[in-house]
Amino acid sequence: MAIFDDPFDAERDLPGCVCGQHRSASEHEQAALALRCEPADSDERRYERVVASAVMRAVFPHDATRRAFLKSVGASTALAALSQFFPLKTATELFADTGAPEKKDLKVGFIPITCATPIIMAAPLGFYAKHELNVEVVKTAGWAVIRDKTINKEYDASHMLAPMPIAITLGLGAQPIPFAVPAIENINGQGITLALKHKDRRNPKDWKGMKFAIPFDYSMHNYLLRYYLAEHGLDPDTDVQLRAVPPPEMVANLRADNIDGFLAPDNVCQRAIYDGVGFLHTLSKEIWDGHPCCSFSASREFIAGAPNSFAALTRAIVDATAFASKAENRKQIAEAIAPANYINAPVTVLEQVLTGTYADGLGGIKTDPKRVDFDPFPWQSFAVWMLTQMKRWGQIKGDIDYKTVAEQVYLATDTNKLMAEMGLTPPASAYKSFSVMGKTFDPDKPDDYLASFKIRRAS
Amino acid sequence: MSASLRPRAAIVSVLLFIVFIGVWHLATRSSASVATMSPEYAKLMGAQATEGKSAMPGPLDVGAKLWEHLRRPFYDNGPNDKGLGIQLGYSIARVGLGYLLAVIIAIPLGFLVGMSPLISRALDPFIQILKPISPLAWMPLALYTIKDSGLSAIFVIFICSVWPMLINTAFGVASVRKEWINVARTLEVGTIRRAFTVILPAAAPTILTGMRISIGIAWLVIVAAEMLVGGTGIGYFVWNEWNNLSITNVIIAIFLIGLVGMLLDQILARFAHLVTFPE
Repeated sequence: MAIFDDPFDAERDLPGCVCGQHRSASEHEQAALALRCEPADSDERRYERVVASAVMRAVFPHDATRRAFLKSVGASTALAALSQFFPLKTATELFADTGAPEKKDLKVGFIPITCATPIIMAAPLGFYAKHELNVEVVKTAGWAVIRDKTINKEYDASHMLAPMPIAITLGLGAQPIPFAVPAIENINGQGITLALKHKDRRNPKDWKGMKFAIPFDYSMHNYLLRYYLAEHGLDPDTDVQLRAVPPPEMVANLRADNIDGFLAPDNVCQRAIYDGVGFLHTLSKEIWDGHPCCSFSASREFIAGAPNSFAALTRAIVDATAFASKAENRKQIAEAIAPANYINAPVTVLEQVLTGTYADGLGGIKTDPKRVDFDPFPWQSFAVWMLTQMKRWGQIKGDIDYKTVAEQVYLATDTNKLMAEMGLTPPASAYKSFSVMGKTFDPDKPDDYLASFKIRRAS
Repeated sequence: MSASLRPRAAIVSVLLFIVFIGVWHLATRSSASVATMSPEYAKLMGAQATEGKSAMPGPLDVGAKLWEHLRRPFYDNGPNDKGLGIQLGYSIARVGLGYLLAVIIAIPLGFLVGMSPLISRALDPFIQILKPISPLAWMPLALYTIKDSGLSAIFVIFICSVWPMLINTAFGVASVRKEWINVARTLEVGTIRRAFTVILPAAAPTILTGMRISIGIAWLVIVAAEMLVGGTGIGYFVWNEWNNLSITNVIIAIFLIGLVGMLLDQILARFAHLVTFPE
């Protein structure tokens, strides 16, 4: 939620929760909800605010002091006082001013799943146009094809699973080509869906011998499912069968009894429920709340060749992501991305995914507004975690310099700058600790983390 | 007897069709048993879960949808959603290009192979190995080297249609009756003239048969190729509707694929008819 914070809010709590800005988790939730209900600011106002906030923070670097000052004089007086000795208006104009894009007609590939929401909705809702780009979003048949088409420059940038740009850069399953991720698409938003016949086999310890589908080998889905199974004592390579299946075929395979379940991106999970063939065992959010899933990525070559186009594209995506992160916009988004030209799915299904009020497939209605969420910041610690899992399951052999790779692929610094320019509040560091199924991950000690797992491939 | 065979066959065809539609209709009726669920829950679920609607659409659903498509075959709602007419157009254009390329290469090469026993022997192992490869197996290699998905699809069409034409041309040329060639020799007809005035007309029916086999295979392959690379074409349409689990549209696409395939075949059959000669 750090992105949407208002530094002029004297009431905001000091560090103490997941994001480090609230006293407790429940307060964090509340604040998050409250912030979402704020009316969307105009760009100019946001730019203005961020410049002001940067100055404010520079003048009062300590949260406590700033708070005391704001409380005593009030936010508007503080702003007026600041403009007295700092030309806020000029600074704002400087911030918003960027070079014209080198290439305006761009092609961006996507896979029709709700993870791609910001990329897709930016077309019908005009986010690309707002940043002076004429973008054609092209639906693509599978992850390998989207990878090849992006490498072949048929697409200027595309929707990829978060680990894919890392894998491509490292040359896993392809020749090494440097790729970069300026923005994460979505966080959470996946789920483990099982066939209805397993509705009484909810304990993963009983899943020995079952067949599961995942969308791709280099996917968060693969790593999360393996992690989940291993935490329950199953070796994902020997105790169960994992198959890479394109998402649209998962529901059909589940119906045909070819697989017992899948860890898949949404709308696929909800679609299985909608068609009465499966039920939601758990949301991926329960495995790791706030995990990244898909990313927006481009080759280094494109970035170097058209830096302004790339910046404008990233700005459009970050803009769309900020819009998508607000709960009140979700219904409108569901309608915008449902037609055959985009995701091509029933609006009801997309609405259930995006609003988080959904049928669980067993006759109950559940509500979880964070079922899927959108947060563009490409945390480099996410990349480090993915690298540990790639190593854990033998996709990477030998030693690896985690942070160098993470910093090369996940463009936290650039995104940080762009977000600041756009009036959003980027986090101060690109590494954050998080916990996966109750186990804390320290991005500074990836090797220790890796060694702490009992079930893993020998490297 | 043979005069009355045609109407009788037509009657049997119509009857078979009616039986087929009837069985289809009965087989896809809603099943009665539906689990009870609260109305709020039912609102979030699809018709298959709430009404016990069969996952397979009935003939009436398909008919209605087909009518909808036929009424506006050329709409264009953006890069990922175009009318069936446009999609079929893309597929036919791809098949046409790949096929034309195959004709340009296979027929002269076939002539060469058929006229020269040496080249025939020399090329034989290559042809034998390349012929049985599934055209789609070329796809990853094509994508990787050509670096363009549209051209890759055309290449795949080319590679699958080249072999039957090549082999049939070679066979047709090689099996031209020796007497005709000997007569040409006696009359001191030059090699080029002999190829065009004696061998080509004699081998034409066999060559056309090869071309007819090729167009059939090309049309089979384009659907699969387009499902792989996506973008446009009838194969992409099938994939896109499969994505939405819309079996109705998939059935319509299957029907149209069959129809176009038949038309292509009939066109070549007509050509074949033109070049056949009574002996």
